[in-house]
Amino acid sequence: MTLQAPVPTPGAEPESVERAAKAELRHPASWLPTVKVTAGAFLTALVIGAVVIALSDDDVIESLKYFGTYPWDSFTRSWDAIWSSYSALVKGAVGSSNAIASTLDRSAPLICAGLGVTLAFRAGLFNIGAQGQLIIGALCAGYVGFTWNLPPFVHLVVALVAGLASGALWGAIPGFLKARTGAHEVITTIMFNYLAASVLIYALSHDTFQRPGSDNALSPKVDDSAAFPRLSIGGFDAHLGVLIALLAGAAAWWLLERSTWGFELRAVGANAHASRTAGMSVAKVYTLAMLLAGMLAGLAATMQVLGNQNSLSATLPGSIGFDAITVALLGRASPLGTVLAGLLFGAMSVGGVAMQAGAGTPKELTDVLQALIVLFVAAPALVKGMLRIKESGGGATVMAKGWGS
Amino acid sequence: MPVKLEIKGLTKKFGSFTANDHIDLTIEPGEIHCLLGENGAGKSTLMNMLYGLLDPTEGEILVDGEPVTFHSPSDAIAVGIGMVHQHFMLVPVFTVAENVMLGREQTSAPGVLSRTKASEFVHQLSERYGLQVDPSALVESLPVGAQQRVEILKALSNEAKVLILDEPTAVLTPQEIDELMDIMRSLKELGTSIIFITHKLREVRAVGDRISVIRRGKVVGTAPPTATEAELAEMMVGREVKLKVDKAPPKTGEVVLSVEGCTVVDPRGHQVVKDVSFEARAGEVLGIAGVQGNGQTELIKALLGLVRPDAGVIRLDGEDISRHGPRESLDDGIGYIPEDRSHDGYIGAFSVRENLILDLYRTDRFSRGPALRLDDIAANADHRIVEFDIRTESASTPVSSLSGGNQQKVVVAREFSRPLKVLVASQPTRGVDVGSIEFIHKRIISERDKGTAVIIVSTELDEIFALSDRIAVMYDGRIVDTVSPDIRREDIGLLMAGATPDKPEEVTV
Ligand SMILES: Nc1ncnc2c1ncn2[C@@H]1O[C@H](COP(=O)(O)OP(=O)(O)OP(=O)(O)O)[C@@H](O)[C@H]1O
Ligand SMILES: [Mg+2]
Repeated sequence: MTLQAPVPTPGAEPESVERAAKAELRHPASWLPTVKVTAGAFLTALVIGAVVIALSDDDVIESLKYFGTYPWDSFTRSWDAIWSSYSALVKGAVGSSNAIASTLDRSAPLICAGLGVTLAFRAGLFNIGAQGQLIIGALCAGYVGFTWNLPPFVHLVVALVAGLASGALWGAIPGFLKARTGAHEVITTIMFNYLAASVLIYALSHDTFQRPGSDNALSPKVDDSAAFPRLSIGGFDAHLGVLIALLAGAAAWWLLERSTWGFELRAVGANAHASRTAGMSVAKVYTLAMLLAGMLAGLAATMQVLGNQNSLSATLPGSIGFDAITVALLGRASPLGTVLAGLLFGAMSVGGVAMQAGAGTPKELTDVLQALIVLFVAAPALVKGMLRIKESGGGATVMAKGWGS
Repeated sequence: MPVKLEIKGLTKKFGSFTANDHIDLTIEPGEIHCLLGENGAGKSTLMNMLYGLLDPTEGEILVDGEPVTFHSPSDAIAVGIGMVHQHFMLVPVFTVAENVMLGREQTSAPGVLSRTKASEFVHQLSERYGLQVDPSALVESLPVGAQQRVEILKALSNEAKVLILDEPTAVLTPQEIDELMDIMRSLKELGTSIIFITHKLREVRAVGDRISVIRRGKVVGTAPPTATEAELAEMMVGREVKLKVDKAPPKTGEVVLSVEGCTVVDPRGHQVVKDVSFEARAGEVLGIAGVQGNGQTELIKALLGLVRPDAGVIRLDGEDISRHGPRESLDDGIGYIPEDRSHDGYIGAFSVRENLILDLYRTDRFSRGPALRLDDIAANADHRIVEFDIRTESASTPVSSLSGGNQQKVVVAREFSRPLKVLVASQPTRGVDVGSIEFIHKRIISERDKGTAVIIVSTELDEIFALSDRIAVMYDGRIVDTVSPDIRREDIGLLMAGATPDKPEEVTV
């Protein structure tokens, strides 16, 4: 094979993109390892999870006592436990239209917040602050949602804007601080998470946010006029959040891969010095990337508040903002990966509840599974060693970038 | 005990691409064996296999007649092979002693590092091989030449019998190169064999015992050090190479860039550029000569808007641009080839295609509103790859997996792809092979002939002489003199060492 690229002939230009894309596909080494490792991590986690299920099952423990005489008993009982748990998990997540609707409901905010973390990652920023951005977004969207009186559609739009804008602002501040003063975003976003949590608790103790006539730290429900439209077909009933999340994923992909601005963002994330020399403003990219990240977390917040017409409470944000980091890591900081990882995590947490109800396996098992998957993805060498996956160099992932200068 | 190293049929494939194709080579005990070859010929790949960093696809390595296989550098070190990489692998915040000891720490009690033992060890080592280093100095505070001595010491501390030096001279000043060659000669006296990779034919002829030439992954021949530079160049490239660029006398026009009283203070508060004034005219090449670290880097950064000058005015076509940032400077029509390409010139994780538009992505040619024009970006890459003979597997290959010289060509090709008023090129041919140097020099001269004002910064006197119409010499942050390229080498050497033209007797060389 010669090294020379083919001499471009007039009229051949339009195909060159396709040609390059095909060339990439012809060298699966460039993308397969990451897919393989992720799949490997998933499988390994399932296997370890199976061991955990077996060992936490009373029947199995019982049968181990006479393992010496009837070893077969232990195996069949283990198999029963594992099978019933995992099948309950899968059924609970995607086994019925009702289950699918719940999974989509759960996934939508995870995807949005995860996309925020992904975008920041690609700019070389480790955004730990999705949780705080989400809390502030929820607070503002919720406030508009239950106090203001506006016509149906307008109310929803205004509440959405309130959620997005406040999340964006909360995210942009650490970005701006990093750009101007070099304050490390990991530290500032963690602090902003504490701040946001305190703001939420303070707000909920205030009359403005409290349910009339109640002393509990619980707000009124969001008005119908500010709620997301719902899609109901038979047993399937979900708000439109997941569609918005998928759109957000597509937009993030377009922005990163197809726009000049995404080019700048990725460039700064990969080599800030060279980007600056090439005329890019590193400060602008940091600020805007965090602003967008915050906005996406704010979007996730509106799904929690406006989507399910919830009331604000201290537990409403859950751990979505932190799970978002995991989702982005599992998605290898790519929009498509993040969407898939978000769906997976949504399915697992919905399925986990069903598993507990149906098979009696504690739903915390899904947390263990999620933790294991991420652990193995983050330590690719481990999976590669165990499953003997060969990789030809260039395996550096974006994950190590966050602490880069 | 000197060792003999034999390479038989060594082959390395990256996917479908063969970087080394059945290479046979013998390194005799105690010889300096030079490897020549174009950028991307496969020299570093071969060395990485010898050092256990890459697994050969085929073939074998024999040490004193015994076949050996290396799974990691520690296997190579065990049989006495040491390597100094093209890109240094030192820990900048560690001291010299700590760096040398890395991996084989000396302890006073179990688990307790002994700094004194380490210093003592490094001290003895540097005495033994005649390599001057201060064991307690922080590596980041050392000049490049001294960092390289640390790398060599580190290799020797493992009792290396065969020392691989991959383009050690690319980043050194002429003085440091001379010192390095003395070191190589004395190591040879002590029985160490050296494999020496360089693109500078003069060096090969000065220290080499034998020369092997690699082209496109194959050994294409060997030559004695008595071969002429022209012969060696032809062997490498496979065609006749003009070692000196043809150029007509300059058709000098208006002043394009003028600098008056430019002063730059670095973050530590030192004045690094002191009251510098000069002019660059359309259609001429102004060379800025000087030993590395005399303010050239900072002066250039001020021209580009990468640092703010603390005093002085920089004018482009009469307009004051001293307050402009890098983007404005680029838009003003200043092209820039930075001295440290991997730091400032390209993004390793980006494809060749993307790097070729790194500062052009916003132009109408490559974007439509917020969207990138992917077709045009790809077409541009195909075109530049051919034009600049960039050896890459494809346009979507990340630049980090290109050979050093091809990475440089990507940067050069990009800067030549838009209309320029001023071209500022710092070490434009660092690490580039003779064939490509010829090409880049030709392009610089044709840019000059198009009426661009060209400013070349180089520590390489050959390059300064080959290109410049006028030469400004920098020493200690000032331009000490501006001379014509007819000046004798010795005289400019004196200026670079700080002698003022009227009292040259102050300097003893
Ligand atoms: N990890 C890799 N994956 C794919 N291709 C590679 C890899 N490493 C090197 N190559 C290719 O192998 C070829 C030889 O590269 P190598 O670094 O050995 O060249 P070289 O002779 O040292 O050149 P230079 O003088 O420019 O340093 C190049 O074309 C390069 O693109
Ligand atoms: Mg090399």
